[in-house]
Amino acid sequence: MTDQTTLKYTAEHEWVLLEGDTATVGITAYAAEKLGDVVFVELPAVGTGVIAGSIVGEIESTKSVGELFAPVTGTVTATNDGVVDSPELVNSDPFGEGWLIKVTFLELPPLLTHAEYSALTGE
Amino acid sequence: MTKHLSPTLTPQAASQAAERPFTERHIGTDAAAQATMLARLGYDSVDALVAAAVPASIHVDAFRSESDTLLPPAASEREALAELRALAGRNTVQRSMIGLGYYDTITPAVIKRNVLENPSWYTAYTPYQPEISQGRLEALINFQTMIADLTGLHTANASMLDESTAVVEGMLLARRGSKSPSHRFLVDADALPQTKALLANRAAALGIELVETDFGTLGADAEPSEPTEVDAEASTGLGDYFGVFVQYPGATGRVWNPTAVIEAAHAQGALAVVAADLLALTLIMSPGELGADVAVGTSQRFGVPMGFGGPHAGYLAVRKGLERQMPGRLVGVSVDAAGHPAYRLSLQVREQHIRRDKATSNICTAQVLLAVMAGMYAVYHGPDGLRQIARGVHENAGRLVAALRAADVTVLNATFFDTVRVSVPSRAAEIVARASGAGVNLYQVDCDTIGISVDETTTPSDLTAVLGAFGGTDAFGHVDLETSVTGLPDELARTTSYLEHPVFNTHRSETSMMRYLKRLADYDYALDRGMIPLGSCTMKLNAATEMEAVSWPEFSGIHPFAPRDDVDGYLELIRQLETWLTDVTGYDSVSLQPNAGSQGELSGLLAIRGYHLANGNAERTVCLIPSSAHGTNAASAVLAGMKVVVVACDELGNVDLDDLRAKIAEHSDTLAALMITYPSTHGVYEHEVGTICEAVHAAGGQVYVDGANLNALLGFARYGDFGGDVSHLNLHKTFCIPHGGGGPGVGPVAAKAHLAPFLPGHPLAQDEEHYLRGADGSAGTVVHGGGPVSAAPYGSPGILPISWAYVRMMGAAGLKQATGAAVLAANYVAKGLEGAYPLLYSGENGLVAHECILDLRPLTAATGVTVDDVAKRLVDYGFHAPTMSFPVSGTLMVEPTESEDLGEIDRFIEAMIAIKAEADAVAAGVWPADDNPLHNAPHTAQSVIEGEWEHSYDRATAVYPLRSLIRGKYWPPVRRIDNAFGDRNLVCACPPPEAFAD
Repeated sequence: MTDQTTLKYTAEHEWVLLEGDTATVGITAYAAEKLGDVVFVELPAVGTGVIAGSIVGEIESTKSVGELFAPVTGTVTATNDGVVDSPELVNSDPFGEGWLIKVTFLELPPLLTHAEYSALTGE
Repeated sequence: MTKHLSPTLTPQAASQAAERPFTERHIGTDAAAQATMLARLGYDSVDALVAAAVPASIHVDAFRSESDTLLPPAASEREALAELRALAGRNTVQRSMIGLGYYDTITPAVIKRNVLENPSWYTAYTPYQPEISQGRLEALINFQTMIADLTGLHTANASMLDESTAVVEGMLLARRGSKSPSHRFLVDADALPQTKALLANRAAALGIELVETDFGTLGADAEPSEPTEVDAEASTGLGDYFGVFVQYPGATGRVWNPTAVIEAAHAQGALAVVAADLLALTLIMSPGELGADVAVGTSQRFGVPMGFGGPHAGYLAVRKGLERQMPGRLVGVSVDAAGHPAYRLSLQVREQHIRRDKATSNICTAQVLLAVMAGMYAVYHGPDGLRQIARGVHENAGRLVAALRAADVTVLNATFFDTVRVSVPSRAAEIVARASGAGVNLYQVDCDTIGISVDETTTPSDLTAVLGAFGGTDAFGHVDLETSVTGLPDELARTTSYLEHPVFNTHRSETSMMRYLKRLADYDYALDRGMIPLGSCTMKLNAATEMEAVSWPEFSGIHPFAPRDDVDGYLELIRQLETWLTDVTGYDSVSLQPNAGSQGELSGLLAIRGYHLANGNAERTVCLIPSSAHGTNAASAVLAGMKVVVVACDELGNVDLDDLRAKIAEHSDTLAALMITYPSTHGVYEHEVGTICEAVHAAGGQVYVDGANLNALLGFARYGDFGGDVSHLNLHKTFCIPHGGGGPGVGPVAAKAHLAPFLPGHPLAQDEEHYLRGADGSAGTVVHGGGPVSAAPYGSPGILPISWAYVRMMGAAGLKQATGAAVLAANYVAKGLEGAYPLLYSGENGLVAHECILDLRPLTAATGVTVDDVAKRLVDYGFHAPTMSFPVSGTLMVEPTESEDLGEIDRFIEAMIAIKAEADAVAAGVWPADDNPLHNAPHTAQSVIEGEWEHSYDRATAVYPLRSLIRGKYWPPVRRIDNAFGDRNLVCACPPPEAFAD
């Protein structure tokens, strides 16, 4: 289980795990709960260049279609085929097996701390 | 009291005297019932109630006197039918060989009687409550399977509005699905003329550049057995493009192989959209086999009468991987609570009402009734029968070609399926006129060229008549029709199978077909069972008299591009309806062309765009939309090339005036329009509407009033009086066109005189002039000069006699009475349920308009019982649920309409109160939260009969919560359906019969 207090966050309800120059990205449990049953996940191709704040994928639930934003500028190095095949992983394990993409980056934009994100969601 | 007829009365006058006014048939509550309801609400009269609800400042009496109406006094049902007969008599039903995407067809009588003329099919709503819609969902998945099989593609939707709008949707799909950043779209020079015109109109608003491309010649020298010459160079030397559109077979009738064009498109990341003729596809290779990404077209010739242009079901199919890019409705397979397969609408969250301005299509309504008919045509004929029909058509076309050549007439096509072009230098008009005199309409392409199309109904005598017009008969008027030539290239011969599913291979006898249609109809809940109190949907009576004329041949058997002289009755009916709709809305001119509400919205916004452009205000592109608006508003604005800016609403759902003023100030130079729904989507008469319109006008903007809720206003106030510049109406709500299970619809657009020149026109219209109300109220005309939004000039005229008959039989006074009865019913429901469910919004006198929103969130918080639970439990009580979670999540919106009687309304109130008591029992711990009649609803017969009963409540509580249900119980065929399962495991074709084995 990932220690959520060590993760960074975005206002778009994504979590970011920083390891060296690689960011692993997923959506938070709060976002997964709000979305409801996730039924489809569309992720960018490995090798795609992404810009922080741009839309790079889609997360569709029975209630709405949410967008996946790139939290950093860089290149997609891996995507989670597991969630593409079993989108319900985003609901059952958002901080673990429900991760979405890995991106290598050169510099880091400002991200939220766990405390700041908790304040944002009021939880 | 006995009435004695005076012997001096004529028999006709006597029968009229005995006929009850239609208003008493249409309006469900009589004077005694209304008195009871008014007493409950504390008002003396319906007028007093409406006067308290509708702001006095917008009341129609402030603008004109009642005697100013242009509507004739109400006719009786017999009188209206007699007038319709007279109008029908002014149309001439010729043998149509015009083609261009519309063909005469034989509607199997078993389908006409049991579907088209059967209220179990035509009075159902869109299948949003799948548990009580399994019949039409199965019929629609048959349609999808048929389309997917014939087009050779993976997934088909359950229907588009017509072929040309489907091509537009194909273009939009290509733009979002393609990897190319280009703004260019290649269009086949051999596309249908109406499709080209529609593409031009829609592309212009979106900044898409169309490049008309000739992909080859007619190939007059080539033989059908030789590979067709295709100018693939043409598509490679044209620079970048995001998509290419191919008509297959072409408008000229030629049948060619577009593989090279499609490959060239794929090579640069563009998508290929192919419009294909379904009947031809039974004999020639499918778009899927040719590599197409998207196939579109119409299913009209599968048993749906031409109807002067519509309604028909268009289709759209995509290859695997593009499912989630599809517009419109898609039926899929999921499972119910017992694990049995069950049908439902899939991917609903991708629809415009959820995605709003991020939506890439504004398509809402489909053409369900017509898609059901076309699908059933394939069920009845099966693959062999369809192939045989296609061969017969092709052979007749071949006989025509052989006989024309024998008569030394130059046939331009080397290849053809059912259509050929013939060269007759300078003689085209003369020959077309001669054919017309012999009872056959041909298509005059230009003064030298004639197009001839053969269809399922073509007879040897039709061919003889055509040959006679060309001078191709012998001295005795005979033609050799023994010889036939083939026009299909060998390389394109279809070798793959289709329609192998048992449903297409079982129902050959009429007995079997009749029972299949009855079984499916019995699965469903339509207005012929009971009330459908769906808020914002206006599920009122679709009277039998209104429906009569729809299947008369003088209305159903007319080609949309028939000569002007053949359609005099239709044009008169259209002119009258335009005049009446103008009059009741306070506008100056109406276009009946938009064939759905969404298309009416788009037409209105395009008219605003055209007006600003004509005035040199190209920068006016901002469209203000209140946050409470229906999502389609935003989607339509985007497709009209506008930028959406959201205006806040207050806690009552009314436009926040301060925010509106701030947004107007912020965008004062770029303001194009405000879109507002009146009464609001929250079912309330906004008192500031006049002020709102003034503020927008003062800043140079136009006011678009969404007419979805006109049923709360008709006769009491008019959009044009209180500041509207343009509106669309929903004839399938306010004016009685049945919902057909999710279409057809008609969405006329009504506008003030300054916008009238920008309303949709059509290059093939029989009459460009439309009614225009003059400044002094006199009748004038105006040319609607905007581009077309529908394939046919008058959209779906085949169903306009329904609305015509409604207005004709109600008269101005009757329409007003209907509004009053609708508002009374909604307020009576709100009052009756106030102790059980809080009312979310009401106007200043505590009154609602024609619908009321019940807030279930406190109930959910207190008991855990959700909106879904209540909606599904209503099925056990024999009701269709109200609208769920629109416009506010966690609520139910109820619209009883004027057509329900007091007994049915009371039955609904009783059911809702009983359900509240059940929810309270859950809260009190009588039943566990996860095992109670609400949580497990709806209950099938199987679920209460089979196996041990292990629930906390008894069987009778499950299925007979009220004793009155025992005799007339509606039994749902499936239990609650799992939405997530269906969207995760997308299956949109008929499942094998074994799936239903249990």
